[in-house]
Amino acid sequence: MAEQHCNIAIVGGGTAGLALATELRRLGVSGVTVLERELEAGGVPRHCGHYPFGLRELKRVLKGPDYARKLVQNARAAGVDIRCDTTVTALHPQARLSVNTSEGSYELQATRVVLCMGVRESSRAQRFIGGQRPMGVLTTGALQSMVYLNHQRPFRRPVIIGSELVSFSAIMTCRHMGMRPQAILEENDRVTVRQFMRPFPALTGVPIRFNTSNIRILGEKTVEAVAYTDGEGQGHQIAADGVIISGRFRPESALLYASHLEVDQGTGGPSIDQYGRASDPSYFCTGNLLRPVETSSWCWHEAVETAGRIAQDIATPIGGEGHVPLCSADPDIRFVVPQRLVKSNAPNAMTQMQLRLSQPVSGHLTALSDGKTLWGDYMSSRPERRILAPLKPLLKPDLNAPVELRVL
Amino acid sequence: MPDTSDANEPFDVAIIGAGVVGCAMARRFTIDGARVVVLEKAAEVLDGASKANSAILHTGFDAPPGSLEQKCIADGYAEYLEIRESLGLPLLKCGAMVLAWDDEQVVQLDGLVAKAHKNGVMDVALRSRAEILTQEPQLSSAVMGGFVVPSEYVIDPWASAHAYILQALANGAELRRNCEVLSGVFDRVWRLETAQGAVRAKQVINCAGLYGDVIDERLLGRRDFSIMPRKGQFVVFDKPASELVEAVILPVPTKTTKGVVIFRTIFGNIAVGPTAEEQESRTDASTDAEALKALRDKGIEMLPALADYEVTTVYAGLRPATEFQDYQITNHAEQGYITVGGIRSTGLSAALGIARHVSRLNAGVEFSGAPIATPICPAPDRLSNYHPRDWESPDHGGIICHCELVTKREILAALDGPMAPTTLQGLKRRTRVCMGRCQGFYCTGPLATLTEGRLDPALGERDG
Repeated sequence: MAEQHCNIAIVGGGTAGLALATELRRLGVSGVTVLERELEAGGVPRHCGHYPFGLRELKRVLKGPDYARKLVQNARAAGVDIRCDTTVTALHPQARLSVNTSEGSYELQATRVVLCMGVRESSRAQRFIGGQRPMGVLTTGALQSMVYLNHQRPFRRPVIIGSELVSFSAIMTCRHMGMRPQAILEENDRVTVRQFMRPFPALTGVPIRFNTSNIRILGEKTVEAVAYTDGEGQGHQIAADGVIISGRFRPESALLYASHLEVDQGTGGPSIDQYGRASDPSYFCTGNLLRPVETSSWCWHEAVETAGRIAQDIATPIGGEGHVPLCSADPDIRFVVPQRLVKSNAPNAMTQMQLRLSQPVSGHLTALSDGKTLWGDYMSSRPERRILAPLKPLLKPDLNAPVELRVL
Repeated sequence: MPDTSDANEPFDVAIIGAGVVGCAMARRFTIDGARVVVLEKAAEVLDGASKANSAILHTGFDAPPGSLEQKCIADGYAEYLEIRESLGLPLLKCGAMVLAWDDEQVVQLDGLVAKAHKNGVMDVALRSRAEILTQEPQLSSAVMGGFVVPSEYVIDPWASAHAYILQALANGAELRRNCEVLSGVFDRVWRLETAQGAVRAKQVINCAGLYGDVIDERLLGRRDFSIMPRKGQFVVFDKPASELVEAVILPVPTKTTKGVVIFRTIFGNIAVGPTAEEQESRTDASTDAEALKALRDKGIEMLPALADYEVTTVYAGLRPATEFQDYQITNHAEQGYITVGGIRSTGLSAALGIARHVSRLNAGVEFSGAPIATPICPAPDRLSNYHPRDWESPDHGGIICHCELVTKREILAALDGPMAPTTLQGLKRRTRVCMGRCQGFYCTGPLATLTEGRLDPALGERDG
């Protein structure tokens, strides 16, 4: 098979991949190639046809597609080689990729690979939503790509399942083409999205049903209704011609699972060290692939920082043989990033770890190693909130045993 | 539409139902020299019981010895292996293991091995617990014993049936979809009233699956069996999980437990199922969260590492069980009518054998053509994860479905080719588009554009 070479191969041309590529060029790194499987780069913002994107990173408020275009323009202007319609089909040790395009396949040997494959929503099947299997059951992502990229309307009166930020984005997408959501079904007793967004469904006139369970989709060819059980055990049916399955993002990590790289069960993404390197140090990872799910703005900043580490690693290798696991030892802590701590004095390591909870918790978030407390602080938080904690107290030179996180 | 059916020569054979049995029947009779028409109620072939199964090519090792079912499975198995290369059909030579997880199951093993040998499946052999765990190290160590069935294989349940009917069509048969048979009269020749007008045929073969008894009632005015639909739900795990196990893991049937199967699919996934739920409805293949969770848990109990893998999809199928254990195949020769009913869960393995059996029952009936010595073999759908796929050859026009690596060229070939799908479900079965882990998150938009004006219902509508 034909072989090609580049310096930095970036898998995925969404916010993280483009921001990283642009920053690498700004830092003087040459041979930066972005591999994007879609026909156009830009990632998920391409089909979020609403505000607000870009406020912090571009200092302007843009709609998703304009934001995506701007990121692509910036990358091209910086000299990034963006290859669209280009699918990576396998990851191999030491920064080597199998690549497929409509013209044919090749192997790409890079100095470093950066994985920026992003996230997708959980499907109906993954959530075990029962009932019949008619057409017209879509994730928000599928709905948005139909509406904003293809100007097609899949239904007129959908029910939305879930109340995360993206669920409200689904409402906006519906309104864009005159679809009228009939209701939001949420399994908890409150919306998942953060405080300031709470009044949004009421403002748009979409009723929210809390404490719903046993959701079933009815209809043979197309959706006819959605049935659910309420908190009191009463059954209900809502007439609808479609269902939007929103949220519960998962990293798009199929390539990872099929590769030699370690996967973290907590995040569903790669297991990385405090420099953003996967278990094969020729692979860096950044953006929403690391964990579900943060805003574009967050991913942009994360990617820019990762670019600094890669530039550093090429100039003077980060090194760091062996690693100590950083992990949750508490069912209330759903995941922590990074998952590996290496001993290296290289600069630019992450200063903070990111955590998420599996249920609302108050207590002392504590990092322990070999029975000793390395760090602790009081915390009261909820699953939908990002939790940041300092990494520095954990990075002791004599650290040898795994670092476990608990809420005490 | 003017009714020209009486002016034209009648067909030699009208086959009612284009499930896997109807498709195999169409191929058999076309090759035998008959002018065949296939009448399918749904918009697509394989829309009933054949829509969903476990895609295993069974040897018939556990079928009741001496039964028609056992004979048809054995014949069907042999013919599949004989014709699969000429039709370009895949085979995953994975073998199977029947495993016992408790004492009640252990005591059954000897009897099951003896039964397999009686059925002519001579390579079935007992294995110790240690041998089983050496061969399949990811299995739970709770396994107590079992036996291997080395020649149980996995096939593509849709591409195979599609290949049968596409071969029939390429060699002169006709397929009419959306063509439910409503009534009929036999007066030396059958005149069938369908949703699309009258069809005349010298013989009728009822392969109506879940509606087998209904069609008998409509055409013969009586039924010799009643269909009792049995639903089976399945959970499909993501492709990387397929590394966990090589063989099909089969349960020991006992009085108290049904047991579920763990099997790789030819598409590269692992599936766990089925449930067995009796129900009235012949159409409602609903899934329910409780049953799916129980299946997933059962799978994890047998193969603990499954817990680390995502679910890709879930599905349910309906098996046309009857009050009888064996197939219900009856030749009503004086009425030019053959009933092929009660083909329960083994239809995929047995279809080619059933078609041969019916062809033999029909010996002596003259057809308008001569047998076809070298039938045309049309291009198959190449969807096996274990064989070269379309994306691996150049100029595929771009990948539309990233999870299943389905190309634009493949989708257009299906939409422009013979028996073009007219529904998303049909297109999925022909190409696997939208069948992967994202379930349309990425590909729905481009697919809506690519299929515009081709599918009913459409994926979407435009303004104005």
